[in-house]
Amino acid sequence: MSVTDKIIEIIAEQAVLETSDVTMESTLEDLGIDSLGLVESIFAIEEEFDIAVPFNANEPTNSDFDISSVSKIIEGVERLLKEQAG
Amino acid sequence: MKRVVITGAGTINALGHSVADTMTAMTEGRCGIGPLAFRDVERLSIQIGGQVRGFEAEGRYNRQQMSLYDRFTQFTLAAAAEAIAQSGITFSGELAAKSGVVLGTAGGGVSTWDDNYRSVYEDGKNRVHPFVVPKLMNNAAASHVSMEYNLKGPSFTVSTACASSNHAMAQAFQMVRTGMAPAMVTGGSESMLCFGGVKAWEGLRVMSKDACRPFSANRNGMVQGEGAGIFVFEEYEHARARGADILCEVAGFAMSSDATDIVMPSKNGAARAIAGALNDARLNPEDIGYINAHGTGTAANDKTECAAVADVFGPHADKLMISSTKSMHGHLIGGTGAVELLACIMALRDGVIAPTIGYEEADPECALDVVPNEARNAKVDVVLSNAFAFGGMNAVLALRKV
Repeated sequence: MSVTDKIIEIIAEQAVLETSDVTMESTLEDLGIDSLGLVESIFAIEEEFDIAVPFNANEPTNSDFDISSVSKIIEGVERLLKEQAG
Repeated sequence: MKRVVITGAGTINALGHSVADTMTAMTEGRCGIGPLAFRDVERLSIQIGGQVRGFEAEGRYNRQQMSLYDRFTQFTLAAAAEAIAQSGITFSGELAAKSGVVLGTAGGGVSTWDDNYRSVYEDGKNRVHPFVVPKLMNNAAASHVSMEYNLKGPSFTVSTACASSNHAMAQAFQMVRTGMAPAMVTGGSESMLCFGGVKAWEGLRVMSKDACRPFSANRNGMVQGEGAGIFVFEEYEHARARGADILCEVAGFAMSSDATDIVMPSKNGAARAIAGALNDARLNPEDIGYINAHGTGTAANDKTECAAVADVFGPHADKLMISSTKSMHGHLIGGTGAVELLACIMALRDGVIAPTIGYEEADPECALDVVPNEARNAKVDVVLSNAFAFGGMNAVLALRKV
């Protein structure tokens, strides 16, 4: 399963939606994911890919990790996978 | 209804091992937050806290006591000894039969859980010390205070996360006010600064890696502390009759529940607790000179708290002072309201308002007089202490100069 598919699966699970309902342009807000759901999604991503995501719930828009849309989250994870490889 | 006064105070926290040292540090705006030191700290992403330093339990307590006293109990007993000595009260006869201990803690013996889980899971041991349960239980500290000082009346422990101490002190106040008990030992204690304790908090992503800066626009989260604050609440005539030194009066309290979200605070719930405390103490908003804020340094708390204060106080919100001493001693979770009550006593008794240190940048959403960075001399007659917990449970106390 690709990184994209896996992330969509994680987000869909948090949002209690089908993966087909999650588009690249969706924001977490669109999908009905609140602040707790966001923290849980980040945790699930870290566990799945064995990476550390720089995210502080106090300043979610100010972190080094862009969560403004599904595609931004995927880009961010791909970047972290490269940076944190090995 | 009886009047209730505070006749003794004791503490141990990152700013000092006594009330005098703590108040001196608050007056100087000193920061007790620094690098954490305990096993496996290098595996944490959050490595700062308001840790109590130089507290040697060995020597202070004997071997059998050490096997029964978790660190949160050790802190409680140290603070209780100071409070009860200052009060000069001796519990015997009828006084002992009716007086008790109500304390707050969120986690109880967290490091005892941590050490023993480590022992059975990581080290593979199949046997633990026989006193693990009586050591870690949340009421252990209250029990040991009752045994140490012969308190035979109502005693129990209150656990409402970050509001535990304020709920406990409100309960003790109510017991004395209604005449149920002539005196109560109350306050709270917390000791979560161990690997498992901090790791759990880390998960929530609300912790700062560098500093606790309440109300400052560049705040980025809370910092944990540890310690205890213990007080003697006593019926006014009883205290006067024995010539006790009265630190201040407890004038009223209120509790409320947000009934909305498990972690996000509600302006309405906070405002109802603040307004309720004014009402209970029969005060007008204009009477309040200082509020010791909950002020955790998280984005959510600080703006919600300031909005609640603005709602309740209207134009007077711009005239009162509100500071968060968590910037200095960290967030003591279930013990926090108790240590913060010292800032209220200092304001009433000494006319010194503890500052909010680490304040760097004004936040339009927290546009109140937060007493930035430096303590201030000011005469205040009535103060409030706010505590708003996870789970949406709030408790606010009102104190008055005597």
